[in-house]
Amino acid sequence: MKIIIAGDGKVGLTLTEKLSAEGHDLTLIDSNQRVLDSSVERYDVMAVQGNCASMRVLEQADIKQADLLIAATNADEVNLLCCMTAHGLNSRLHTIARIRNPEYGRQIFTMRDVYQLSLMVNPEKQAAREIERLIKYPGFLQRDTFARSRVEIVELRVDEGSRLKDVALSNLGGVVNCKVLICVVCRGGEAFVPGGDFVLQAGDRVFATADSETLTILLKNLGVITKKAKRVIICGGGRIGYYLAEQLVKNDVTVQLIEREESRCKELAELLPNVYVIHGDASSQTLLDSEGVADCDALVAMTGMDEMNMIIALYGKKRGAGQVITKVGHTDNTGIYDSLGLGSLICPKELSANNIIRYVRALQNSEGAALTVHSIAEGQAEALEFVVDEKTLHMGEPLKKIRFRKGVLIACITHGSQTEIPSGDSTFGERDSVIVIAHGGTRLLQLNDIFE
Amino acid sequence: MNYKIMGKFISRLLMVEAVFMLPPLLIGLVDRDTRAVCGFGIGIAVAAVVSLLLLFLCRGAEKRFYAREGFACVGLSWIVMSLVGCLPFVISGDIPNFLNALFEIVSGFTTTGASILNDVEALSRAALFWRSFSHWIGGMGVLVFLLALSPNGERGSGFTMHLLRAESPGPNVGKLVPKMRTTARILYLIYLALTVINIVFLLFGGMSVFESVCTAFGTAGTGGFGLKNDSIAGYSPYIQNVCTVFMLLFGVNFSCYYMLLLKHVREVFRDEELRMYLAIVLGSIVLITLNLRGFYDTVGETLRHAAFQVASIITTTGYATTDFDLWPGFSKSILFVLMFMGACAGSTGGGLKVGRAMLLIKGLSRNMRRMLNPRRVEAVRMNGTPVGENVLANTDTYLIAYGLILIVSFLCVSLDGLSVTTNMSAVVSCFNNIGPGLELVGPTCNYSVYSGFSKIVLILDMLAGRLEIFPMLILASRSTWRHR
Repeated sequence: MKIIIAGDGKVGLTLTEKLSAEGHDLTLIDSNQRVLDSSVERYDVMAVQGNCASMRVLEQADIKQADLLIAATNADEVNLLCCMTAHGLNSRLHTIARIRNPEYGRQIFTMRDVYQLSLMVNPEKQAAREIERLIKYPGFLQRDTFARSRVEIVELRVDEGSRLKDVALSNLGGVVNCKVLICVVCRGGEAFVPGGDFVLQAGDRVFATADSETLTILLKNLGVITKKAKRVIICGGGRIGYYLAEQLVKNDVTVQLIEREESRCKELAELLPNVYVIHGDASSQTLLDSEGVADCDALVAMTGMDEMNMIIALYGKKRGAGQVITKVGHTDNTGIYDSLGLGSLICPKELSANNIIRYVRALQNSEGAALTVHSIAEGQAEALEFVVDEKTLHMGEPLKKIRFRKGVLIACITHGSQTEIPSGDSTFGERDSVIVIAHGGTRLLQLNDIFE
Repeated sequence: MNYKIMGKFISRLLMVEAVFMLPPLLIGLVDRDTRAVCGFGIGIAVAAVVSLLLLFLCRGAEKRFYAREGFACVGLSWIVMSLVGCLPFVISGDIPNFLNALFEIVSGFTTTGASILNDVEALSRAALFWRSFSHWIGGMGVLVFLLALSPNGERGSGFTMHLLRAESPGPNVGKLVPKMRTTARILYLIYLALTVINIVFLLFGGMSVFESVCTAFGTAGTGGFGLKNDSIAGYSPYIQNVCTVFMLLFGVNFSCYYMLLLKHVREVFRDEELRMYLAIVLGSIVLITLNLRGFYDTVGETLRHAAFQVASIITTTGYATTDFDLWPGFSKSILFVLMFMGACAGSTGGGLKVGRAMLLIKGLSRNMRRMLNPRRVEAVRMNGTPVGENVLANTDTYLIAYGLILIVSFLCVSLDGLSVTTNMSAVVSCFNNIGPGLELVGPTCNYSVYSGFSKIVLILDMLAGRLEIFPMLILASRSTWRHR
C-alpha cells in the first residue's frame, strides 16, 4: 500500500519503522530536513521536505496515487488541514489524524464526519485508558484481550518470592492448578519462546495466554491479591495525567496529582474539581512520603522525563506501593528497563502506532488479515489473532503433522465458544479463531504465512 | 564492523556472478570450445564454492548494518567480483597472465574499456562475450541488481540506501519511488529496454546477433570493449551513427527516462543538467568539426567522426571510429577536457559528472559574490530547488579527493618512463572509466606497455573512479577497520 506519513516525530518514526518492515511504500513529509535525512538513512522510505498542508508538497509526495495519509505532526490544526487538503486532491484517500488537544476531545466524532477522517488517534488519551485498565485489574503488568475470543494475553513478573520461581514449564500445571500457556519469556531484555524444560528465574517477565476465568484462578493460585484500587498517586500533570485523573475520579478512586508548575496546577484544579492537585516536585522523596506513597494502591510516574519517571517508580517500589506504572517515551532502552524492574511500562507513541497499524492491516486486506495485533515485550514479539477461512491450508490436520515456520507458535485455538490451549493433537477448522505468537523478526500478514 | 553480514552479502553477490557466467559458458558449449568451457565451468564452480563457504561461515549474522559497513561492502564486493571474474580468462588461456586478466575484467566491470590485449580478435567468442557482458553488469551496478532481485517483504532493508548511494554515480542520489527495491527494478528495466532497442537498431545495420549484442552491451554500460582491433571503425556509417546516438542516450540520467514514462515531458526538458550536457555535446561537435576542416574527405564524414568521438568520450564509453590521436591539438584538447567532464549523474557513465561540475561552478560563483558582499546569504540552486550546504561541501571534498588521486597515480605511473602525455592521459582515462587515452595509450594502442606496478595502480584508479572514490578510499582508511 502507498502510505504518506506527515510529521516525522516520535509517532511518525515508530510508524515508519513498523510499516516499512511490513513492506508498504512510505513517503515521509516533514519540515525538518535533518530528521528526514536520518529516517531515509535508517529505513527504506522516500522523504519530501516541506509543509504537509501545502498542496505543492502533497503533490510532490504523489498524493494522487496514495492510499492512506497519516498526519502526525505536533499541531492538531496542521494535521486536520493536511488531511482536508489531501482529501480534496484525492477523494478515495483514507486519512488518519492525530488530535491530542483535550479541548477538541468532545467534538471528536463530529470532526471525524465533517472532515471525512477515517480514524483519529489521541496518544495521550489512549495511554490514559491503558493505565486505567491496568489499575482496574492489578496483578498483571500488561493485559491485552483479543477480539473474537475471550482469550487474553497477560504479562507477569517472576519475583524472588513468587511461586513461579525455579519452576520448569513442564511442571507449570501442577504449581498453578490451571491450564495456561507461557508463550514468551523475556529475560535480560531479550524475548524468546521457551521449551518444556525451561526453568523460570527471578527477574523473568512472562507472557501467558489463557481465557479470562482461568487468569483469575491463576492470580488466586499465585497468591496475588486482586483488590480494587482506592487511592492512586499520579506524578506529572501533563495531558495523560489529566485524562487519567478524569477517568479515575469518575470511578470513585481518590486521585492525588503532583505537578511541578504552579500555573498548570491551578489550571488542573479548575478542570478537575474532585482531584487533590498538589504543587511540588514529584522526585522529592519527602513529598512522596508525605502523600502516602507507602500505602497507596497505585503510583503512576509520568512526568515529561523518562529518567525522572524511573527514579520515582523505583522509589515507589521500594516503599511498597501496591502497583507501579511508569511512562516511557523511548523504547530503545528495553534492556535497562528490564533489569530495573520498574513494574508496568506504558509507551504512548507505541500504543498509538499500534492502533494505526491495526487500521492499516485491516485496510490492506479485510480478508485474511489479523483481527487483532498486540506487540509484546516492547515489540520483540507479536501476538496476532486470525480467523480460519476457506483459504487456510492444513485445516483439520493435527498440529504435530504440520510444519510451521521458525519463530511461530500457536498459543490458542477457539472453536465456537470453547477455548483450547493446543497440544500436538489439536486441530483447527473453518471459522475457528487462532492466536499466533511470532517472534524473532517473523512478520505474519495472513494466517497461511505461519506454515513452512 | 559487522564482518558476518558483509560476508553474507558478498556470498550473495558471488552467487549472482556465477549465474552471470552461464551465458558465456553456453556460448563455449555451442562453439565446442573446450578451453572456454573449462575456464567458465571452473570459474562458476569457484564462485559457487566460495559463496557457499561464506554463507556457512557467516550464518547467524546480526542485522547491524550502517554507513561504514555499506561503504566497505561496496568496495570489497567489487574487488572480490573482479578477482573471481578474471578466472575464466586465466584458466581458458585467453589471457594467461593473472594481472593482465585482472586488469581486463576490472576494466570491464568498471566500464572503462581499457585493454591490455594486442590482438582482440584472437580471443574466443565466450571470452569476448564475457568482456562485453561485464560492461553491462558493471554499468548499472551489480549491487543495484542484487537489490532489484531481493525478495519481497525482506526485513532490515534500511541499509540499502548506503549501497545505492555508493554505487550509483552522482552528487545527490535519490529514489524514484519510496521502495529501494522498486527503484532498482525500474532502473534495470529501463536499462534492459534501452539495450534491447539498441540491439534491434544494430541488427538492422546488418551486424550479426553476437556482434550486435556485444556492441550494445559495451554501449549500454558506456564501457567500450570492441570486438575488433579497430573498435567500431570497420563498421558502416549507419552503425557508427546508431552507436553515437545510443552512447549519448545512456549518458542521460535514468530518472529522466522514468519521468518521460510518467509523461512529465516538460520537467525532463527543463532539467538543467540535461540541457547543459546536450549543450556541451553540441558545442564540442561544432568546434571539432570546424577544427578538422580538410582532415577528412567530406563535411559529413568529419561531422560523423567528430560526433562519435565526442559522444564516446563524454559518456566515458571509449569506442573509436578513427585514431583521434592524429587530430590537431585543439580537437585533442577538447576531448581531453571532456574526459574529466563525464556524463550526467545517475547514468551509466563515469567521470566527474556534468551535474557535479555545475554544482562546483555555481558554488564557486556564489563564494566569489560572497567575497564582495560578505553578509549576503544566498542558496545555490539546481533546477530551482536549493541545494543543501552539505551537498556542496561533499562536492568540494569529492573534487579534492579526485585531484589528489589523479596526482598520486600520475606520479606512480610515471615510474615506467613513458611520456608525460601518455601517463597523464592513461591515468585520466582509467580514473574516469573511459578507455583510450593519447599517444601510446591512444585509440589504436593499448595498456600492455605498462609494468605490473602501473597496472595495479590503474586497476585501483578504475575501481575508485567507478565507485565514486569514497568506497575505495574508506577501505584504505584505518578507522574503518578499528573497533568502535
